[in-house]
Amino acid sequence: MATTADHFQAHSEEHGHHDHDHKPAFFARWFMSTNHKDIGTMYLIFAIIAGIVGGAFSGMMRVELAHPGIQYLDTFARWFGAVNPDFNTTLHTWNVLITAHGLIMVFFMVMPAMIGGFGNWFVPLMIGAPDMAFPRMNNISFWMTVAGFLSLMVSPFVPGGTGNGAGTGWTVYAPLSTSGSPGPAVDFGIFALHLAGAGSIMGAINFITTILNMRAPGMTIHKMPLFVWSMLVTAFLLLLSLPVLAAAITMLLTDRNFGTTFFDASGGGDPVLYQHLFWFFGHPEVYIMILPGFGIISQIVSTFSKKPVFGYLGMAYAMVAIGVVGFIVWAHHMYATGLSVNTKMYFTAATMVIAVPTGIKIFSWIATMWGGSVEFKSPMVWALGFIFLFTVGGVTGVVLANGGVDDVMHDTYYVVAHFHYVLSLGAVTALFAGFYYWFPKMSGKMHSEFLAHVHFVIFFIGVNMIFLGLQGMPRRYPDYAEAYEYWNHIATIGYMVMASSLVVWFVNIIYAYVAGKKVGDNYWGEGATTLEWTLSSPPPFHQFETLPVIGETAQH
Amino acid sequence: MAFGKISHGLGQTIGALGLSAVAALTAVVPAFAQDAPAAPSAIATGAAQGAAMASGAGSYTPMKPVEGIGMPIDGAYGLQTQFSKTGEYGEWIHNIILMPIITAICVLVLILLVVIAVRFNRRANPVASKTSHNTILEVVWTLVPVLILIGIAVPSIDLIAKQYKPAPEGALTIKVTGNQWFWTYGYPDNGDFEVISNMLNVPGAPTINNGVREVGSKPWDGPSHLEVDNRMVVPVGEPIRLQITAADVIHSFAVPSLWFKLDAVPGRINEKVLVVEKPGVYYGQCSELCGAKHGYMPIAVEALPRDKYNAWVLTHAGAEIDTGKKKPAAAAAVPAPAADASEAAPAADATAEAE
Repeated sequence: MATTADHFQAHSEEHGHHDHDHKPAFFARWFMSTNHKDIGTMYLIFAIIAGIVGGAFSGMMRVELAHPGIQYLDTFARWFGAVNPDFNTTLHTWNVLITAHGLIMVFFMVMPAMIGGFGNWFVPLMIGAPDMAFPRMNNISFWMTVAGFLSLMVSPFVPGGTGNGAGTGWTVYAPLSTSGSPGPAVDFGIFALHLAGAGSIMGAINFITTILNMRAPGMTIHKMPLFVWSMLVTAFLLLLSLPVLAAAITMLLTDRNFGTTFFDASGGGDPVLYQHLFWFFGHPEVYIMILPGFGIISQIVSTFSKKPVFGYLGMAYAMVAIGVVGFIVWAHHMYATGLSVNTKMYFTAATMVIAVPTGIKIFSWIATMWGGSVEFKSPMVWALGFIFLFTVGGVTGVVLANGGVDDVMHDTYYVVAHFHYVLSLGAVTALFAGFYYWFPKMSGKMHSEFLAHVHFVIFFIGVNMIFLGLQGMPRRYPDYAEAYEYWNHIATIGYMVMASSLVVWFVNIIYAYVAGKKVGDNYWGEGATTLEWTLSSPPPFHQFETLPVIGETAQH
Repeated sequence: MAFGKISHGLGQTIGALGLSAVAALTAVVPAFAQDAPAAPSAIATGAAQGAAMASGAGSYTPMKPVEGIGMPIDGAYGLQTQFSKTGEYGEWIHNIILMPIITAICVLVLILLVVIAVRFNRRANPVASKTSHNTILEVVWTLVPVLILIGIAVPSIDLIAKQYKPAPEGALTIKVTGNQWFWTYGYPDNGDFEVISNMLNVPGAPTINNGVREVGSKPWDGPSHLEVDNRMVVPVGEPIRLQITAADVIHSFAVPSLWFKLDAVPGRINEKVLVVEKPGVYYGQCSELCGAKHGYMPIAVEALPRDKYNAWVLTHAGAEIDTGKKKPAAAAAVPAPAADASEAAPAADATAEAE
């Protein structure tokens, strides 16, 4: 691809100016799109829609959990098409909710928003490329993700064993997902993962090629903005881990439908094998979700401190280290399955190693702000919230890393709290930070900073009320002993608080489009130094027809 | 502290009074128990009580749990109080090492963020410094976490080693089998009888287990959602070899106050030692998603002194006292009426993985 830059330069000589936009008509523009910004926009809209669905599911779960006993599940079961559901069908609906919530949030909310949305939008802009390397593959990545989501949405309405829908948990453990769940619901769920996974693999190939081959002249790999670094590492994680998931769930499909016994002990298989395969994908997956968030936070912290990122190389290679070590710690999700003692010891030690590069990142963000001239604009307060919430999530991870301590915490609300602090409160907070950071760049309209701060405060209070669990409340329970009521009730109130903050967010978006001020190229001022701030807001339909040249002094 | 109050007299009176009612109820049970012959239900227990009360052999009244011991406490947020050696060790690691460290880290980060907000905001510090490297600082914040982690790893690894010490020769073996959605406990060293353990129904809620009584209908009943009709009774203070497997899908045998959690995987036998230090009732719940009624298959472990345990054993048909010196061959020679039922796991190639 050495000729790429020449090609585009030659191209620019013919056309000359930047804002010479040839936007296709509506259908061609949005349904046959090959433009990275349009595809990014679609990914973001898609992620918001999926997030509303997944968030509604978690709301349904939280109202059910507000008090002991079963209050609403019966109604929910009817929504999914059960006629006069019996008690088991009602309870099965709970499992459908937890499964759908997990799968939607992981595969159809966080990943599309981070990678498909912000990644598509800003990787080419930040490296000075006119578009992604494979624009048409970009398009099919998106539509496969949508198809996967539709498949997942069919799943709750078709039989899945005890009732309608797949009640296997997002981990789809065999044999509950094989012999334990007859009916097409689980097949639809697996198919959804296949489609989304294939879409993500193609997306990963696209990002790797783009980042390695299409950087503007002068932008060496050690001058790339950290967000681009994070996307590069993420793309490699996707490329290496998703095929393993694809293999595992394909084996599930054949176990379910074609009589194989990969995960059935009575045929010589092993249910625990599935868990190894799943978590070999699953653990890198959690870094896939959080690394782009790291990148976003690095850009924001640098921008609003008006300082370059502290320890740039350390930050970049900390992400690489997290990615590499992330592949050799998977079995810390399986401490209770009956691993051998030595295996448990190894995974305990290896898992704790991850805390080191993660600590480097936290401290480097703080050092970036230290000595800076910090402006507390909305993206920055979200970033500060992220740093604190992610620290809480991270240190609880260190607790959980201990195989011996995990005996009491595995599959309890402590684990639920941990991974929501890093993902829901971490990744989602990073998403909101990125949203407020780049929304005016993408839309050309300024949001209300006041509403953005209100959104943050309410969200922050709400989410911190939701999760607690050292007393041993097991996860995935629709009903619980009365002794768990106090905190469950508070958690449900926390959910309501958090959900109300989203109303503020939507109002803010509407406000921006209706009454928002038009913004200039670089509305955040001197601290914003990456290439997207050299373009208009919104950027031209085709940017960088003349490739920018990065000088020696360029900052990260 | 907190030895479970053993309400012998009271329990037996009410047990006798309630006997006929219980019998009527249990007669209907067997939706679940049908393939488990001679399920040691409340009937057997009650009958044996009547017969052998005076001698002390073959008598049993379930122990009344102590409020807040071996069960969660409303509004609490710490670990449950521990009643095993590894539990106390683990609790120490968590409360004395891990919790202070992670709290300190969070507080440190919070303080630094506040200092930044105060000292380095735009008004206080209008001109940003351009410092972007400090090798010593970077080395320090890499090495200090490494040292902290090594400090954590030493006791943590030690805890794992202690948890998985194999059971001593002659330890009592109890076989735990997870089923959708109840537990069965087999006692191969005591004549191989089997106990089927169902969650008690909750008054005013839909029936969870047909034919099982409601929680609170006996004076010894613990909290709803945690209490079962037949508890897993174990001798206190001695190592018990728990062999855990499942009959259908994966379950997980977990008792928070005993620091115990091990998956029940169909086709495998997972093994781990349990030592309960004090008599009492300790509650746990299935901890691996196993289908619709995953939330309705609690675990209740009742630890009794050896003589009371033996008396409980003798309430079962074909039961015999385990002396701790029995050879495996002897166990096979004992006629075991409930042997079929304990063969619930589908797998012949069961492997003892964790020991």
